[in-house]
Amino acid sequence: MRIFDPHIHMTSRTTDDYEAMHAAGVRALVEPAFWLGQPRTSVGSFLDYFDSLIGWEPFRAAQFGIRHHCTIALNPKEANDPRCAEVLQHLPRYLPKDGEVAVGEIGYDSMTPEEDEAFAAQLQLAVTHDLPALVHTPHRDKAAGVERTLAVVKESGIAPERIVVDHLNEVTVRQVVDSGCWMGFSIYPDTKMDERRMVAVLREFGTERILVNSAADWGRSDPLKTRLTGDAMLAAGFAPDDVDTLLWRNPVAFYGQSGKLELDGSDAPGADATYEGNSVLRGVRAEV
Amino acid sequence: MTPDDLRTALTDRMTQKGWRWLTGACASAAADPAVVRGLFPLAGRRCGRVRLDPGDPYGWTVEDAARCLLLAAMPLTGSPLLEEIGALYRTGDAAERRAVLRALPLLPVGDGALPLVRDALRTNDTRLIAAALGDYATDHLDAETYRQGVLKCVFTGIPLTALPGLPGRADVQLARMMAAFAHERSAAAREVPADIRPILARYPDVPVPGHGDLADIPTATTDHTGNREA
Repeated sequence: MRIFDPHIHMTSRTTDDYEAMHAAGVRALVEPAFWLGQPRTSVGSFLDYFDSLIGWEPFRAAQFGIRHHCTIALNPKEANDPRCAEVLQHLPRYLPKDGEVAVGEIGYDSMTPEEDEAFAAQLQLAVTHDLPALVHTPHRDKAAGVERTLAVVKESGIAPERIVVDHLNEVTVRQVVDSGCWMGFSIYPDTKMDERRMVAVLREFGTERILVNSAADWGRSDPLKTRLTGDAMLAAGFAPDDVDTLLWRNPVAFYGQSGKLELDGSDAPGADATYEGNSVLRGVRAEV
Repeated sequence: MTPDDLRTALTDRMTQKGWRWLTGACASAAADPAVVRGLFPLAGRRCGRVRLDPGDPYGWTVEDAARCLLLAAMPLTGSPLLEEIGALYRTGDAAERRAVLRALPLLPVGDGALPLVRDALRTNDTRLIAAALGDYATDHLDAETYRQGVLKCVFTGIPLTALPGLPGRADVQLARMMAAFAHERSAAAREVPADIRPILARYPDVPVPGHGDLADIPTATTDHTGNREA
């Protein structure tokens, strides 16, 4: 089973996790910029974090045979701290970087006016930089948050297929399915969403435009939840090809829209495959 | 490496489209060095990333060479040049930082870029450490920092053959440090990388504690995938 985890915070994880992920089949991942549990109080603290996402963490992942990409943004929670708002001015120099494949995580935490402003501004950055966007939905008052998220996305003019609305569940998926946006599901060890419920969602909605991630971070979480979801699908009678669509081809298709996904050098079988006629390996090949 | 050497090395390794981009980018950089800030991150995507020597994981890549040509095209000297490359390094990803380090011997910066070398040597990214210990460090870096850099290579699994300054910059202090390293490794019943031997061999008077004779040291080739303990 080849696995691309489209949302995992490796900065918070250990080398044991990297080893276990590789053994489970993870060959590529995307690490979105988010908050670190401890609030930041200055712009410099963000920039060091962003530098790590385009420098040290990809190096660390490569030691374990895993391709690391990232998304960069001012996250909604910290968008509420006026000391951090200046981060927005620094994003244009990070968004053109090679390993940077989307703007994110953006969206709502508590649905404040400050979050409105940062969300709209960063959707425009995604348009300007020709990047997809990863949109976090609030864990509290989720249905209202998803509704407001979809309205803001629509108003921004960004193409819906360039948006993933993340952290959905059985209720909120119904709001997103007709929007044209991608639907993200974070599989947690506790109640928010688990692999058995995910299989039920897949039975109802299929695998099209669906991304499954572990969202593993510094909280109670499990970096192998992608693999466990694949196993649960097979046990429930899904074909291996369905699992491959969900856990590899879908994230490749979504983040491939950045034109910056680089999967050569990963030893995943079929890493040089094409999606809808387009190579996902968009880096210019030398004609030796 | 001169800019002409780099162009020669790139000759068969870039597409015509890549060459057109690079030629245009260098012309733009010559006219207005500030444009390099926008062009620098694009070099890998436009020109490619293959290694110039496929067998050398610490050697130059196409994107390294392309970025060096961009930097060499900037009509800057003195502090404006140092400020520009300092900013490109600070705002760069790992590949961009590596390219700035590789370009230093091509640029009229004197000793002024040593802070960038020291910054890279403080990281634990072997690509940056190896690039920091290139020709510029060989010519400009003080002995103490150079020795610590060499020792860091040994600990992080960078083969010492990747350092153009060795064995020329080896001194008796470095030999003593390598002897102590060999002693620690052999006391732990671990293998000693073979590539420290040329340094020890230059200073036969430096004792390797625990070993009467250099030939007794159990050796191993450097583990290129190591980097677990630095």
